[in-house]
Amino acid sequence: MSAINESVTNMIPTSRAKAPEATTPTDERVRKLSPWRVLLDRPELGSIAGTVLVFVFFGITAGGSGMFALDGVINWAQVAAYLGIIAVGACLLMIAGEFDLSMGSMIGFAGVMVAIPPMYLGWPLWASVIFAFAGSMALGALNGYLVVRTRLPSFIVTLAFMFILRGLTLVLSTRFANSTIVSGVGEKFTSDPVVSALFQGTTLHWLFTALAGMDLIEKLPSGDPVVAGLPKVLVWWIVMAIAAGFVLARTRFGNWIYTVGGDANAAKNVGVPVRRVKVSLFVLTAFCACLFGVLQVADVGSAAADRGLQKEFEAIIAVVIGGTLLTGGFGSVIGACFGALIFGVVQIGISYTNIDSDWYRVFLGGMLLLAVLFNHYIRSRAAATK
Amino acid sequence: MADDYILELDDVSKFFGSVIALQGVTLRLKRGEVHCLLGDNGAGKSTLIKTLAGVHQPSSGSYRVDGEPVRFSSPREALDRGIATVYQDLALVPLMSVARNFFAGREPRRKLFGLLPVLDMHYANETAREKLAEMGIRVRDASQPVGTMSGGERQCLAIARAIHFGAKVLILDEPTAALGVKQSCNVLKLIHNARERGISVIFITHNVHHAYPIADSFTLLNRGQSMGTFAKSDITKEAVLDMMAGGTEIQSLVDELEGRAA
Repeated sequence: MSAINESVTNMIPTSRAKAPEATTPTDERVRKLSPWRVLLDRPELGSIAGTVLVFVFFGITAGGSGMFALDGVINWAQVAAYLGIIAVGACLLMIAGEFDLSMGSMIGFAGVMVAIPPMYLGWPLWASVIFAFAGSMALGALNGYLVVRTRLPSFIVTLAFMFILRGLTLVLSTRFANSTIVSGVGEKFTSDPVVSALFQGTTLHWLFTALAGMDLIEKLPSGDPVVAGLPKVLVWWIVMAIAAGFVLARTRFGNWIYTVGGDANAAKNVGVPVRRVKVSLFVLTAFCACLFGVLQVADVGSAAADRGLQKEFEAIIAVVIGGTLLTGGFGSVIGACFGALIFGVVQIGISYTNIDSDWYRVFLGGMLLLAVLFNHYIRSRAAATK
Repeated sequence: MADDYILELDDVSKFFGSVIALQGVTLRLKRGEVHCLLGDNGAGKSTLIKTLAGVHQPSSGSYRVDGEPVRFSSPREALDRGIATVYQDLALVPLMSVARNFFAGREPRRKLFGLLPVLDMHYANETAREKLAEMGIRVRDASQPVGTMSGGERQCLAIARAIHFGAKVLILDEPTAALGVKQSCNVLKLIHNARERGISVIFITHNVHHAYPIADSFTLLNRGQSMGTFAKSDITKEAVLDMMAGGTEIQSLVDELEGRAA
């Protein structure tokens, strides 16, 4: 008893000392948190720590191998960017409390939607690209509509679409191309200036050339930079991440996403259009998957039935590593981007080391488990009830 | 005469299939009074407030707001008439900040670069902090998650939010049920504050000790029927306690226990 009194009397003067604004009476039940604790409450922390850890690890094991030379960096950054694009969509959807397991299959399906019409039906490429985006987003809306309408878990509904779309991709490609690969689209991309400018190859060539000219980046013997420019997939990733992060943190729609994921019933009671929010986020994940598919077709020059296989899980892992709760209501786009970066670094980095690359999945599984445990700890702290 | 009452339920019944949830209940809420709705579990309190809130429509009988017959088809419509209900779950998201919860669904916005509509978090934080301060709750930082607040503070946050958004009638569903003595006191004070501002309050509880000090009048429900409405001047606390289902049972239990002890 006396110990409690003592601690209370000790506490009041210190809290007053820390809050000199005497106009508002200080609440003896509020204490100042250390900056460390404030940092610990941020969702991104785990993924940033993980990224540092991964960089240190590969810095030690593969530091001299060229992994951190410019072409190495572009290499793993590109892998991270592809995943990052779908992780951004998956992140917003997961914060709103839903999953989209059809994202990976949607990548493959979007690929054939882009590739088949110009190759076999005589469409111009730009029309098929628009068709692919429109088609994917319509399918996303259907996914969302079924989820909010039936109130079934999105896990089941989108699992069905994962199989349906994967199967359709195979059916369409074998039917038209008589093969699981629809090839030859590369030239169509190169000959369409607008589509090519948007999705194919690299950009900022002048910057890379200038930097090479100033000897700031590595050059080929010819004097050209080793990397011609910034891959467009990286540009798309950055644009998508900034846009999604902005929407989430700064707009009314962002607040709705948090509310819907935190407590859908509460959201409904305060007048948030829960269904509209969820459906539009399913459209977003479909858009992201389609963007992934189009960029990949433009890069590789073909569409194939197995494109995007298991990407939905990788996206979910990246999002979870990024600190987003599986149950929704809490998370961060920046975190998801770091999660995707970890993926890229590990997937490519492991081949620069002496480690057998078969360990890649073991490593990722371990990362996921650690991230979930860490998030669970954070959540139990953040939502601690008295 | 009619405009003395802000809300009137006249001879209202509500049936769910064969179940009679409410049978001929009449409830009148005077402007600016605190009206206590008392009843044991299963007495029909929840059905009654959901009828008032627009969740249910009466099977028979009439519902008037400001003397005007109404038939709400959704809680939203009741809200638009200034009838705000604070349910036991409070409609708060623990992981979100105080300010974001306060303005959820009705976010203040400003234009970024005169173009992009963004949340006005500065205004939201300041307003939420101010409104809570008016209710006697000091939140140093409105960006702290609601999960860090106590049950009483959350209750006050939900009530403050309803008042801020223009509630003329507040329906509070067992606001003190899960609270300790001191926190219950705060909520009762808050109800008093609301009355001072001219807001009419329907306060649902089964705790007479919470109801009696604050209420101007009482309506007792038992098994879906009203046992009548009483002004505070007409009835003693003991009488209220007696009339509530369980009152007599408690008394006989007390007698029995005392008899055994003696």
